[in-house]
Amino acid sequence: MTILTYPFKNLPTASKWALRFSIRPLSCSSQLRAAPGTVISVQTKTKKTLAKPNIRNVVVVDGVRTPFLLSGTSYKDLMPHDLARAALTGLLHRTSVPKEVVDYIIFGTVIQEVKTSNVAREAALGAGFSDKTPAHTVTMACISANQAMTTGVGLIASGQCDVIVAGGVELMSDVPIRHSRKMRKLMLDLNKAKSMGQRLSLISKFRFNFLAPELPAVSEFSTSETMGHSADRLAAAFAVSRLEQDEYALRSHSLAKKAQDEGLLSDVVPFKVPGKDTVTKDNGIRPSSLEQMAKLKPAFIKPYGTVTAANSSFLTDGASAMLIMAEEKALAMGYKPKAYLRDFMYVSQDPKDQLLLGPTYATPKVLEKAGLTMNDIDAFEFHEAFSGQILANFKAMDSDWFAENYMGRKTKVGLPPLEKFNNWGGSLSLGHPFGATGCRLVMAAANRLRKEGGQYGLVAACAAGGQGHAMIVEAYPK
Amino acid sequence: MVACRAIGILSRFSAFRILRSRGYICRNFTGSSALLTRTHINYGVKGDVAVVRINSPNSKVNTLSKELHSEFSEVMNEIWASDQIRSAVLISSKPGCFIAGADINMLAACKTLQEVTQLSQEAQRIVEKLEKSTKPIVAAINGSCLGGGLEVAISCQYRIATKDRKTVLGTPEVLLGALPGAGGTQRLPKMVGVPAALDMMLTGRSIRADRAKKMGLVDQLVEPLGPGLKPPEERTIEYLEEVAITFAKGLADKKISPKRDKGLVEKLTAYAMTIPFVRQQVYKKVEEKVRKQTKGLYPAPLKIIDVVKTGIEQGSDAGYLCESQKFGELVMTKESKALMGLYHGQVLCKKNKFGAPQKDVKHLAILGAGLMGAGIAQVSVDKGLKTILKDATLTALDRGQQQVFKGLNDKVKKKALTSFERDSIFSNLTGQLDYQGFEKADMVIEAVFEDLSLKHRVLKEVEAVIPDHCIFASNTSALPISEIAAVSKRPEKVIGMHYFSPVDKMQLLEIITTEKTSKDTSASAVAVGLKQGKVIIVVKEGVDPKKLDSLTTSFGFPVGAATLVDEVGVDVAKHVAEDLGKVFGERFGGGNPELLTQMVSKGFLGRKSGKGFYIYQEGVKRKDLNSDMDSILASLKLPPKSEVSSDEDIQFRLVTRFVNEAVMCLQEGILATPAEGDIGAVFGLGFPPCLGGPFRFVDLYGAQKIVDRLKKYEAAYGKQFTPCQLLADHANSPNKKFYQ
Repeated sequence: MTILTYPFKNLPTASKWALRFSIRPLSCSSQLRAAPGTVISVQTKTKKTLAKPNIRNVVVVDGVRTPFLLSGTSYKDLMPHDLARAALTGLLHRTSVPKEVVDYIIFGTVIQEVKTSNVAREAALGAGFSDKTPAHTVTMACISANQAMTTGVGLIASGQCDVIVAGGVELMSDVPIRHSRKMRKLMLDLNKAKSMGQRLSLISKFRFNFLAPELPAVSEFSTSETMGHSADRLAAAFAVSRLEQDEYALRSHSLAKKAQDEGLLSDVVPFKVPGKDTVTKDNGIRPSSLEQMAKLKPAFIKPYGTVTAANSSFLTDGASAMLIMAEEKALAMGYKPKAYLRDFMYVSQDPKDQLLLGPTYATPKVLEKAGLTMNDIDAFEFHEAFSGQILANFKAMDSDWFAENYMGRKTKVGLPPLEKFNNWGGSLSLGHPFGATGCRLVMAAANRLRKEGGQYGLVAACAAGGQGHAMIVEAYPK
Repeated sequence: MVACRAIGILSRFSAFRILRSRGYICRNFTGSSALLTRTHINYGVKGDVAVVRINSPNSKVNTLSKELHSEFSEVMNEIWASDQIRSAVLISSKPGCFIAGADINMLAACKTLQEVTQLSQEAQRIVEKLEKSTKPIVAAINGSCLGGGLEVAISCQYRIATKDRKTVLGTPEVLLGALPGAGGTQRLPKMVGVPAALDMMLTGRSIRADRAKKMGLVDQLVEPLGPGLKPPEERTIEYLEEVAITFAKGLADKKISPKRDKGLVEKLTAYAMTIPFVRQQVYKKVEEKVRKQTKGLYPAPLKIIDVVKTGIEQGSDAGYLCESQKFGELVMTKESKALMGLYHGQVLCKKNKFGAPQKDVKHLAILGAGLMGAGIAQVSVDKGLKTILKDATLTALDRGQQQVFKGLNDKVKKKALTSFERDSIFSNLTGQLDYQGFEKADMVIEAVFEDLSLKHRVLKEVEAVIPDHCIFASNTSALPISEIAAVSKRPEKVIGMHYFSPVDKMQLLEIITTEKTSKDTSASAVAVGLKQGKVIIVVKEGVDPKKLDSLTTSFGFPVGAATLVDEVGVDVAKHVAEDLGKVFGERFGGGNPELLTQMVSKGFLGRKSGKGFYIYQEGVKRKDLNSDMDSILASLKLPPKSEVSSDEDIQFRLVTRFVNEAVMCLQEGILATPAEGDIGAVFGLGFPPCLGGPFRFVDLYGAQKIVDRLKKYEAAYGKQFTPCQLLADHANSPNKKFYQ
């Protein structure tokens, strides 16, 4: 990239950029930090940018997703790579990126289809990407797509790649149900048996209970507790009431409905499902009434728990994909990027009692790393696994006691203002295809910043295993 | 033996605390009771639900003392009288304890049978009022709910328990030689069925909450909560209370039925028990089993069956009467006094009298991956100690690591651990053949073969690699610690830690100090032992090394000498016998070392070689006598002396000699207190718990009678039976007791 590109980038913005501009040419590196202190002191309304010296800026050119559908609906006959392929072709269509430019493709997924265990590669090949573009699949529970993106960020920042496609996919309509271990062992041994006698003696060991199938685990491996159960306990630990949870879920659905109706969910691309109609929008958004919601029985801790089907995210099919580039590459190719991907942070904590508190831990750390405060954030996009989880995180972030005793902080993290929080709905209403949600969060933050104005977005999510993630998204100057 | 098992369970409950009644005095002082802030119980009303919170002052546990009884009755009367209140919740404010049982000291203070019976009858009356309450009462149980606590809970209309490891329900009275005396013997069979109720009452076993739910002992479970806006324990109790209040309301509104759906098996059992013939068979079977296991040494189990039977066959009134009478009788027995004494001793031996060590032991290294070494490793890793297990050969190391894994895996099979927990615990263990990592060790425990020169060698090797603060502990059962320490550069850091085999089952740890052992070293050793969950006695090694535990090999009561020798290894036993022979001379005479020598030469090394006194096969539980032993035994047989060889004499020969040795240990200052001696004898050496330990036995049986017996055996066998001076002193002055 040359200095020449700067005027283009900076022109549309007001004088605040001009000030930075005046400093830039002094340095050899195009990424030199723009002396934030000076900027702020000169013009208080202006926030610094988060560029770092000697590190390449990474931008999101654009991102798309298939409509997120309740599992068992229109996508039920597909395989995961079909959905992923739909997201990839949608991205190609939206960005018109020449396929040969893409250096690398990374996808996140959680429940793996064994036939396509590297679903990124299968989908890329099918979508018509160059067979010279390598692809790999990552898994990190609900933050798998986040991991795909940040892996891409790492590859670009370290100069290994210039153009990355990152995404995620989950198809909960079909999950791998296996033969039992005993049956598998018998079958494998039969494979190896050489003589008829050996085979017969193996077959004689067969028992009917070998046929009992093995379902994929829904519970946490380390604690044998399902996530809903843990969420219910978490809500109880923070004294989150059923009503609060239902109210929050209702908010999510209402906002999602509004965003859908107003056409704000611009990352959704239509998907013509083979043998079925074209799917154009998410089908899990169902604003209900508090009275209706209050009628539901608890889903996990029976009969007195507070987490119900109505205030939990539902099983979802869907895929997402994003085009990530080094800033200079994007500009050289004539793109107008949507956002920078800035500092990010992974955290992990006790998978039993703090399974879903990732956002609480990750948020202050990523803010500190970026030198920002809660007040600097204009758009919050948090993954909503359960209403109870979001509200428990709120209470944890708002508690000095929790900050002192569990986070090693002197004061509380602080509450994200609700008017800036998940304004276009969240996982509760839009759906949560485990492997794909991360990209949706980032695109929602980027699109909201463009639409609503503001410079910084904060994306945060919790994940099975007691892990969490947060990332700062910075609006690309218009 | 039931009692053996029973005693093992004792350690798990920390019931029965000494009563401190500051509040009581305060109450007497002001005279009026109704207007006062109560000290054991406070209650508040939430809506139309009364929440009764039990919190005995100055104690970690709530016990049913007289004060608590009276405050409780008072509060309940207020609740029943109030128009505003429609239901109640009974809960404890103490984390980890609902009600741990009756106040043991209140029982001990009773002088007569009538007093005890009366206590029982009073308790029966209170719980009966609870049971007949027209306002539903919900017992919200978090932590131990034992003995009288359980009896209170089962008389409530509904029970909700936290699914916590600390929440256990049970009737441990039998372990103290008594029976549930507040209606438990009558209500429990109705609630969980006769077989399950008898099992609970006869074994005294503690039942975890999830199991209790399955049995129908509790109606709902509440999951313990993690951190929130308050400490987890505090919030869990609060949450339990909230849940209990909703259920109390539901019960009062008749939206929830206190009746429980019984499973098919339960229904069938209940039906079968309505047939008199079946009932008789059940009683007979249980009685037979109890007789076989207790060998008539423990009166409590049979009386429990009796009382249950009376209640079922003759109705509750007869049952309650029988219960209170038998309760009184049992509490007054020697056995009960002995067992209660043991309980107190055990509480004592769970404390570190040396105080906190300067440095916590976090990294442990164990030399020798044999039965003992691996056993020590197992009880260490599962308490989170980073442990190195070192042996000289890969084969030995493999076997040791497998033993640790198997020990943990057995817990998984019993659902005491999850497979994940097992794996993460097992990662605390490092098996290795060299001294790598010893530079980080805070303590090294050697469990190598009982050979002084070998022990000297490893001590020197280890001292070359360990840091200055590291303690060297020897798990020897025969060699004097001071001799082992003789080659040490830092004898103040050398100590004996004698574990008992199998280490994961035997609760006792005997810590042996030499004159040079520093106080901090002792403190560290005790701290490690307590962490490993052991009951600890500390003995001093004199100039002339004599050790209480040397008796192990000759008096293995619970397993029998032959089995014990097989378990530890015949070669080891031979070695030990030779060493002890050298040290003790006549005092340790009696056995014939030639026997062990011959066995070793034939390759009968015990369990590890497959043959010893018995024959051992993998996967086979039954033990057959090793017929090849006959010839060896025949060749060495001594002619029995008829005048001192009745069955009773043989038993007394064992017991009196043992008692004599124990008293000598106290006399010589090897033992610090009689309590430690009793605990050591019962937990480590299998001294019959019903006798309470050698010192308690002398107190209860009479020193004079023991001395007489010893003198008789001395005449027949010689000096090993000569009564020691302290015992003779006690015999001469009948008022002298080990326990005042």
